[in-house]
Amino acid sequence: MAKLNRRNFLKLAGGSTGLALTGCASSPTPKATKKAGPAKVVVVGGGFGGASAAKYLKKFDPSIQVTLIEYNKTFTTCPGSNWVLGGLRDIDSITHSYDALINKYGINVIHDWVSAIDVDGKNVRLASGSKVEYDRLILSPGIDFRYDTIEGYTANDVNMVPHAWKAGSQTTVLRNQIASMRDGGVFVIAPPPNPFRCPPGPYERVSLIANYFKKHKPKSKILILDAKPKFSKQKLFVKGWKDLYGYGTDKSMIEFVAAPDGKVSKVDVKSKTAYAGPLEEAVKADVLNVVPAQKAGELAHAAGLTDKSGWCPVNHHTWESKVAPFVHVIGDSAIQAPLPKSGYAANSEAKICAAAVASMLAGKDPEPHVPSWVNTCYSLVGPQYGISVAMVYNLTKEGKVGKVKGSGGLTPMDGNRQLEALYAENWLLNISNDTWADG
Amino acid sequence: MMKHRTLLATALLVAAASLQPLMADHDSGRTIGLTCFGCHGADGVSLGAVPSMKGMSEEHVRTAMTDFKSGKRSGTIMNRIAKGYTDDQIKALAKFVAGL
Ligand SMILES: Cc1cc2nc3c(=O)[nH]c(=O)nc-3n(C[C@H](O)[C@H](O)[C@H](O)COP(=O)(O)OP(=O)(O)OC[C@H]3O[C@@H](n4cnc5c(N)ncnc54)[C@H](O)[C@@H]3O)c2cc1C
Ligand code: HEC
Repeated sequence: MAKLNRRNFLKLAGGSTGLALTGCASSPTPKATKKAGPAKVVVVGGGFGGASAAKYLKKFDPSIQVTLIEYNKTFTTCPGSNWVLGGLRDIDSITHSYDALINKYGINVIHDWVSAIDVDGKNVRLASGSKVEYDRLILSPGIDFRYDTIEGYTANDVNMVPHAWKAGSQTTVLRNQIASMRDGGVFVIAPPPNPFRCPPGPYERVSLIANYFKKHKPKSKILILDAKPKFSKQKLFVKGWKDLYGYGTDKSMIEFVAAPDGKVSKVDVKSKTAYAGPLEEAVKADVLNVVPAQKAGELAHAAGLTDKSGWCPVNHHTWESKVAPFVHVIGDSAIQAPLPKSGYAANSEAKICAAAVASMLAGKDPEPHVPSWVNTCYSLVGPQYGISVAMVYNLTKEGKVGKVKGSGGLTPMDGNRQLEALYAENWLLNISNDTWADG
Repeated sequence: MMKHRTLLATALLVAAASLQPLMADHDSGRTIGLTCFGCHGADGVSLGAVPSMKGMSEEHVRTAMTDFKSGKRSGTIMNRIAKGYTDDQIKALAKFVAGL
């Protein structure tokens, strides 16, 4: 199936293997594509981007036939999964069904794996063998891992050494390992290089595991072996770690080793040993959490929608692929910087993309003419200790997403941590309901 | 002189009016307003501590956003958000919220 799809792409790119990313692949003028009968949109991926896009397409134009194809029967959000790891809540509280999208919005939900895209024939191929046709396709397939970047670590090892960077069974595997770890053990996390899904995520994880250790396994340690020299909201995290976990003192529960010394290049899964830094120093863990470097979701690669960076180049006004016409890519898979790879951003992109798709299907120029996005990433450093980073974005004259000058930024050093913790929890409820409509 | 200015003003009005139908469904108030739902809840109905946007009057939203933007009112996060919008965008936003 991947072959079929590759062939189409070669045709599309005029027989050259180097896909020319000149932006020339965008679809013809909208009017030429208007045809009789209800318009069909297929959305692949029922996460933050895809589920939001499906719902908002129906809100913008109920006459559009929307099919959402998602492999899993339920969706467990990554946001909140660190709270589960820290024992603050159970996994059911962050798991959503697709029933409301089906019943309240009339979306046709298919649980299957999309294995290929026929760009010329405008259909997607399912693993079960059938085909689904579209007038426009929206992909939000999330991320995949570049296992080749860490020697000794493969997709088969994730039950011994979890990444827990896609929530669900991986969250449970890591939670169980942490819960059964001896007091006095060492939890080692190896955060990935940029760009990756949820820049503050690894450090929220460290914080809430520290909170759990402090109560239940006070002799334990946490070691961060980082592929980066610095990280998101670092000043705020460090202040929180000082306030709550003795960071910087000789009793500190948390130790941070920045790149290059912290960069993990090799892992021995059996003995849970990570090899870090230029000298490949061996660090033995009781629980080892490796988060590999990332790339666009597998389907984006199979369909040839990625460039050399491993992510999908798109037009930020419509989120249409610069490689394949009538195919839109949103969420983590898209090249979206300066928007981060976050659930908030994916939900925000979905609304702009859905509006553009609905208007283009109606034979109009893409609306809105002046798009606008927001991102906010809340993190809990402790159960009552919240911090955030926020930003408002617009479309620059060059047609790319840009930050609105003067907007956004970090929680002030003297901000109200307790209130922000409350808002962080409520944010997750509200954005989940905005996405899966099941609140 | 007078006449010239009137003519120009009329020409500008016509240009603005011809843009109207395209803007109707997705004016800046709606486009920006939808980005607030992530925190304030779907259709402006919050399920917890963040205040619901639904039910706020146009006047209230405009005043709150203007004051968050200038720093006259302080919040945990709204100052950082409100600084992202022009006064015209805040006006349009207030209208959208009042219509929820
Ligand atoms: C620990 C952690 C904490 C996080 N915390 C936050 C936070 O607090 N705030 C925030 O905004 N973001 C947070 N994020 C980031 C957020 O989870 C992602 O940015 C977001 O999920 C991206 O949405 P998406 O639609 O691109 O992908 P996803 O939400 O991952 O959805 C992709 C979906 O597509 C499906 N899929 C993929 N390929 C196929 C195929 N071929 N066929 C069928 N189905 C397919 C997958 O099963 C999946 O359900 C966090 C991430 C992590 C890992
Ligand atoms: C990151 C979450 C977040 C986003 C995004 C957000 N808000 Fe808020 N909003 C809050 C919180 C939290 C409060 C309470 C005040 C505070 O702490 O900042 C609030 C308060 C408000 C208030 C004052 C309510 C009152 O009771 O007077 C208004 C009005 C408002 N927001 C409008 C908006 C609009 C309009 C947008 C979109 C442009 C928006 N908000 C985006 C979280 C958010």
